[in-house]
Amino acid sequence: MPLTPVLTQRWSEPEPWTLATYERLDGYAGLRAALAMEPDAVIQLVKDSGLRGRGGAGFPTGMKWDFIPQDDGKPHYVVVNADEGEPGTCKDAPLMMTDPHSLIEGIVIASYAVRCSHAFIYLRGELVHAGRRLQAAIDEAYAKGYLGKDVLGSGFDCDLTLHRGAGAYICGEETALLDSLEGYRGQPRLRPLFPATHGLYGCPTVVNNVETIASVPFIVRHGVDWWRSMGTEKSPGPKIFSVSGHVVRPGQYEVPLGTTARELIMDIAGGIPGGRSLKAWTPGGSSTPMLTGEHLDTPLDFEGVMSAGSQLGTAAVIVMDDTTCIVRTALRLTEFYAHESCGKCTPCREGTYWMTQILQRLEDGTGTEGDIQTLLDTCDNIFGRSFCALGDGATSPIVSSIKFFRDEYVAHYTTGACPLRAASVSA
Amino acid sequence: MSLTDDTRAKAQAIIGRYPKSRSALLPMLHLVQAEEGCVTPEGVAFCAEMLGLTKAEVGGVATFYTMYKRRPVGDYLVSVCTNLSCQLLGGEEIYSRLSERLGVGHDQTTKDGTFTLEHAECLAACDFAPCLTVNYEFFDNSSPDAAEALVDALARGERPAPTRGDAVGTFREVSLQLAGVAHLAPAITPPAAPVVAATSGPADGEAG
Repeated sequence: MPLTPVLTQRWSEPEPWTLATYERLDGYAGLRAALAMEPDAVIQLVKDSGLRGRGGAGFPTGMKWDFIPQDDGKPHYVVVNADEGEPGTCKDAPLMMTDPHSLIEGIVIASYAVRCSHAFIYLRGELVHAGRRLQAAIDEAYAKGYLGKDVLGSGFDCDLTLHRGAGAYICGEETALLDSLEGYRGQPRLRPLFPATHGLYGCPTVVNNVETIASVPFIVRHGVDWWRSMGTEKSPGPKIFSVSGHVVRPGQYEVPLGTTARELIMDIAGGIPGGRSLKAWTPGGSSTPMLTGEHLDTPLDFEGVMSAGSQLGTAAVIVMDDTTCIVRTALRLTEFYAHESCGKCTPCREGTYWMTQILQRLEDGTGTEGDIQTLLDTCDNIFGRSFCALGDGATSPIVSSIKFFRDEYVAHYTTGACPLRAASVSA
Repeated sequence: MSLTDDTRAKAQAIIGRYPKSRSALLPMLHLVQAEEGCVTPEGVAFCAEMLGLTKAEVGGVATFYTMYKRRPVGDYLVSVCTNLSCQLLGGEEIYSRLSERLGVGHDQTTKDGTFTLEHAECLAACDFAPCLTVNYEFFDNSSPDAAEALVDALARGERPAPTRGDAVGTFREVSLQLAGVAHLAPAITPPAAPVVAATSGPADGEAG
């Protein structure tokens, strides 16, 4: 199997979360190397590596760092987005549980590069266990001089504060996260202005996902060529894929970007259990349009998935077998978006509410022929018409499921029941 | 009433972590929830006073986030994920079973104050689906039978070990961890020493 354990390489070690294990396995070597470089050279290295954000958008990380204006006299901030909650996505929690020091090391390197002396981790509140683990690791790092004043005698100061959220998916959106970290309701900000110049407290701020930041020590330690030896030209490096749903072996699999969905789902994750067949899958969480068995040879990198009509997102592959009711799936996800819509933008707030009602009646068999068109029209009026991507994401499961499984929607209102349930009763 | 000088000292420690004091609001709301079992009007007033905000500003924040509860929560907040990966593998069946077993629906508390049930959105444990949490401690790869056995054990005063931690804390203990001041408080009760009886009502587990 073409697994490439890099970020996950320490996961199978005994007590990988301790500083002793981390140091034994090359830990903080990347930081030492970075501190011997000029900060701008660290930014250039990350740019050259082609590392792209692992939180969903895939924005080039080095470019994000390079946007931070220098010598502007303002404090700079590094904020790690650990508000993991996109349905299907479950990579950052195990990363923080097993290898928290790789995240901390990455934070110190990033802070050094963009001249930040106070970094934050915005951790999803519900992940209490990861919070305990992280705080213990942060305390260890302070005690050994990896954090705090004069990091490793370099003259560079770096504080790190762990901040826990309080239950709001929207805070994974970077500007909503910043508002939440400032003590407000987590609602997205209008852009421009961007966080790179007007972020936390109106100061230049880098916001990066956990996995993105945890990749940095490896790149600094082993170099650009090594990093680029995995993945594709435009999507270099390894990537942790979260595979869940109807597969034999759900889990986190770190493979090179560009690995095909067939390899990942059918080989690595063991395929569909019980002799059933694949019906649909999401490449990058519930906000990315679902694909079908026809798309199994799609290379899972940013470009490949986009050319198949979806997005790589967070590389969260949710697999649905042929017993899955697609209308029920769309309903459940739409309920999620309706619950998590922050309410700031009318199309998203009202659209998700009404689409839930329509999907509810379609699912229970009392929908009408016009309902499908109403759903598509509503999606048209949400997509691109809100401050952030939550509304766009809410349209993905509906539009994509109607595109590939329209007949199943129709069967619900023509027969007055779910065709799959009817089939399983008569079987 | 339970917001004391000790609460004030903890709040000051939280405020000290941030360049700007208002950033302390979310952890402080966790703190007042730890002290009072939910975010009360007194808790809102406390945060407002300490941060120089209006009660309306604090209330606006407190009502936005799911984890701030405005009514007292049972000893055990049972959150069942019913989002897609869990739904595919039986999350809704777990929720239904517990709802039937406990006789309560979403966001409702049993009459004896032991359990609050809620259906949760994705808990980022999709590869361990279906999952549920008790006071935010994870029970992975669950099932209707396993979940029912879990609440039965909790009702007997036992504290079954979660998949990713040592013990299930009380709601107040966990809220203190969320405030980031747990190290100023007594350690979490070890699993071998059950302290919560099924009939003890919501005022158990004084954490402060």
